[in-house]
Amino acid sequence: MRKTIALLAATLTLAACMEMEQEPSRKQVGQTVKGDTAPWSNEPIAGGPKWTKGDRNSWEDQIKKRQLAQNERSRINP
Amino acid sequence: MARMKFLCDAERCIECNGCVTACKNEHEVPWGVNRRRVVTINDGVIGAEKSISVACMHCSDAPCMAVCPVDCFYKTADGVVLHDKDLCIGCGYCFYACPFGAPQFPQAGAFGLRGKMDKCTFCAGGPEADRSEAEFKKYGRNRLAEGKLPACAEMCSTKALLGGDGDVIADIYRERVLRRGKGSEVWGWGTAYGPGKPGAQPPAGAKS
Repeated sequence: MRKTIALLAATLTLAACMEMEQEPSRKQVGQTVKGDTAPWSNEPIAGGPKWTKGDRNSWEDQIKKRQLAQNERSRINP
Repeated sequence: MARMKFLCDAERCIECNGCVTACKNEHEVPWGVNRRRVVTINDGVIGAEKSISVACMHCSDAPCMAVCPVDCFYKTADGVVLHDKDLCIGCGYCFYACPFGAPQFPQAGAFGLRGKMDKCTFCAGGPEADRSEAEFKKYGRNRLAEGKLPACAEMCSTKALLGGDGDVIADIYRERVLRRGKGSEVWGWGTAYGPGKPGAQPPAGAKS
């Protein structure tokens, strides 16, 4: 009995000697802000560019056409 | 996945400040805050004057995001770097970290009130509901949610300023430079823009 108590006391005493984490928790960059909706999740505006709501590919297709329209070589005869 | 970027062609920029005006008008940016500005070197020196339009470059590994103590920055699925003004404490760390001077702080009053940071959003708004009044007031218009590109790039009269997916606008720029036969001889051309057409050899004199 006395032996068990001594063993238990030693365990509890030594437990206090465990090394605790010294470094503060590092921030995870870009993780704090969670709420923003994707542009393709919106309904297209009337009279504006068209895509299927919620379909990322259709939004990307139409925005790519706009990007390519910045190249005047593709709009005029070379 | 698109990585939205800006590219300004110094050979084409005529320092008209149309991009600056378009940005100011589109987002109703207050006096003293310049999300976009035109930088000119060798001003007035004939043949040596060059201008480029500068704003947030929406870095792939953005230093502003790394230094922000409240982590108010985030990146959208299109690679646009945005921030939450509700979290921003206006400390100015992002301003010191940014190599382009993109973060702007509203200045008002005798002591230069710093306030919340404001910067180019690539016309993608912020965390508020898309195309809402709250989003417009804090971040300006969300043109990407309207299926449009940034106003500055779309308004550029000489198409010096290109905006869009990095791969697409790099292709436009590459074709343009190869056609005019000037610019591809610079160091780093091959690394940045490749040999031209897929499988083609680098232009004569190009240094990668």
